[in-house]
Amino acid sequence: MTAISETADVTTRPDYPEAGADTASPRLIKQVRERADRTFRLVSSTGGVIVLAIMCLVGIFLTVNAVQAIAAVGPVEFLTTQEWSPETNHFGIAAVLTGTVLIALVALVVALPLSLGTSLFITEVARGGFQRTLVSIVDLMAAVPSVVYGLWGLAFLQNNVIGFAKWLSTWFGWIPIFAVDGADPANPLPNNALYGSSTFIAGLVVALMIVPIMTSMMRESFSRAPIGEREGAYALGATRWGMIRSVVLPFGKGGVIGGTMLGLGRALGETIAIYLIISPIFAINFHILQKGSNSVAALIALRYGESNGFTMSALMAAGLALFILTMIVNFTASTIIGRSRSGAESEA
Amino acid sequence: MKTLFSARTENHDEPDLVEHVQQPGGLVADNISAWFGDHKVLDRVSLSMAAGEVTALIGPSGCGKSTFLRILNRMHEMIPSASLFGEVRLDGDDIYAPSQRITSARRNIGMVFQKANPFPAMSIYDNTISGLKLAGIRATRAEKDLLVEDSLRKASLWDEVKDRLEQPGGGLSGGQQQRLCIARSLAVSPRVLLMDEPCSALDPTSTRRVEETIESLRGQVTVVIVTHNMQQAARVSSQCAFFLAAQNTPGVIVEYGATEAMFAHPQDDRTSDYVNGRFG
Ligand SMILES: Nc1ncnc2c1ncn2[C@@H]1O[C@H](COP(=O)(O)OP(=O)(O)OP(=O)(O)O)[C@@H](O)[C@H]1O
Ligand SMILES: [Mg+2]
Repeated sequence: MTAISETADVTTRPDYPEAGADTASPRLIKQVRERADRTFRLVSSTGGVIVLAIMCLVGIFLTVNAVQAIAAVGPVEFLTTQEWSPETNHFGIAAVLTGTVLIALVALVVALPLSLGTSLFITEVARGGFQRTLVSIVDLMAAVPSVVYGLWGLAFLQNNVIGFAKWLSTWFGWIPIFAVDGADPANPLPNNALYGSSTFIAGLVVALMIVPIMTSMMRESFSRAPIGEREGAYALGATRWGMIRSVVLPFGKGGVIGGTMLGLGRALGETIAIYLIISPIFAINFHILQKGSNSVAALIALRYGESNGFTMSALMAAGLALFILTMIVNFTASTIIGRSRSGAESEA
Repeated sequence: MKTLFSARTENHDEPDLVEHVQQPGGLVADNISAWFGDHKVLDRVSLSMAAGEVTALIGPSGCGKSTFLRILNRMHEMIPSASLFGEVRLDGDDIYAPSQRITSARRNIGMVFQKANPFPAMSIYDNTISGLKLAGIRATRAEKDLLVEDSLRKASLWDEVKDRLEQPGGGLSGGQQQRLCIARSLAVSPRVLLMDEPCSALDPTSTRRVEETIESLRGQVTVVIVTHNMQQAARVSSQCAFFLAAQNTPGVIVEYGATEAMFAHPQDDRTSDYVNGRFG
């Protein structure tokens, strides 16, 4: 049967004449909103608009203040210069931005397995009171101020990690990022100072700071993996790890990515702990185990006190670069999460 | 269940999936009591489920049918407060014995749940053979293709999905998902298949398909099915057990026997009332 018959330019559907011409077009539906709904819309949209406005204001403020400095050296110069000496009109963010990214990457490489393990342990292994205790300890870790982490890293962690850093550079020094200039593997008593205040140690401390927030997000998403699917896997003879791999991890993928990006964002912006630990240098240093590192936020904290006018504008420019980097990370994160959700949540 | 790979192995002498093709197993529940915390829900229940036969468990809501079924493949112990007494023997071996692995017990005694639970993000193809992967069994692409088709055919789903095997399992309709779960369970060649109200969320057509599947499994797999549908019990099962829990007492088996006899001439008044729809 043909559903549509065409006579002249009128389409009739179905194809018997009594039905007449198809003149239907979608009608407009006007919705009258309830009072409570109107109030709710007003309040919630006000909140949203205010947050958005503040974000824009920060961006505009930074841009306006940064223009002077960036114009003085030119954007290319600003992105590629390693030194930071606005007084002599010779400055750029190449070293500090690289340092920021390196510290954040070290932090992420350490924090990702740690928080994955912790969150899986909490959701899949620990039970009852032990589970609740662990959850609150992790949440407590998130509440410790970063200056405390910084002090602890400086006074305790650094001394205890230098041995490991030495071991790494001795055995894996052939990998460029683990090399340490001036280290002599033959010397049984190498100079400890070579290994202190490095990107690695700063990254380690930042890792400890971002583990709690990453763990919380991953734990949240893992714990929502449906019991039905879990039992389905077990009923096929899965081991606990098999069940985790086929049910919990795919389900929690969005949470893992989201948590990681949140951690990365925080690591990029971390200031005081890094400021306390690194010994600032203004040269790109890919040797993460070697003394000397830098970060945008630490630079601002370091130079802010003595700045005015043009030097302040230079710091604003550095801040703007960090702001943009964080925004990119967050937008990437939300796109990835958005995309990964579509697969996992197509349950009927 | 033996037919699929036997022809092929005569040409190849490597050990492969054939090892996992098995005879139906006889299942015996011996003196089972079960508790959730202090709450006793089953009291000294014994039941023998003959190899290759279909046994139906019927009874009013809350009398412990699901609990009993979950005890048969060690799913009961997943619930933290749950405990039990008694033995479940698969061809004479107690599956709760310390020497028995929980994973092999569950692989031998598969389970289909009331609510379809395919792995939603996994493709239909991968869903079907997910049991192999979970058990760490390796197979070539050709073997997998064969197994996928065979399992989906057994679950009478093949014709509907053969053109979209790479699409996610979560995208199927409810009835198709349930049949996918049946296919997934069959792919690991279980000796016993437990089904807990597999059709309660399905339309009549899907229900008939599932019943046909059960019918075709007779002699290949031992099937134990919980159902609230008396006609279904009468259609698919050869043996039947009637569970009942009186007010505030644990569940027991009131009557057990050949389905036909039990529906035609129940020995117990309560069975007669239940199968004739007078309570429950
Ligand atoms: N996870 C649990 N925790 C505590 N009690 C439970 C749990 N699961 C079941 N029970 C109790 O065990 C008893 C038997 O439940 P079960 O699910 O086995 O009944 P059923 O016969 O399958 O019922 P239905 O026909 O409604 O599915 C009920 O009293 C129920 O309240
Ligand atoms: Mg039940």
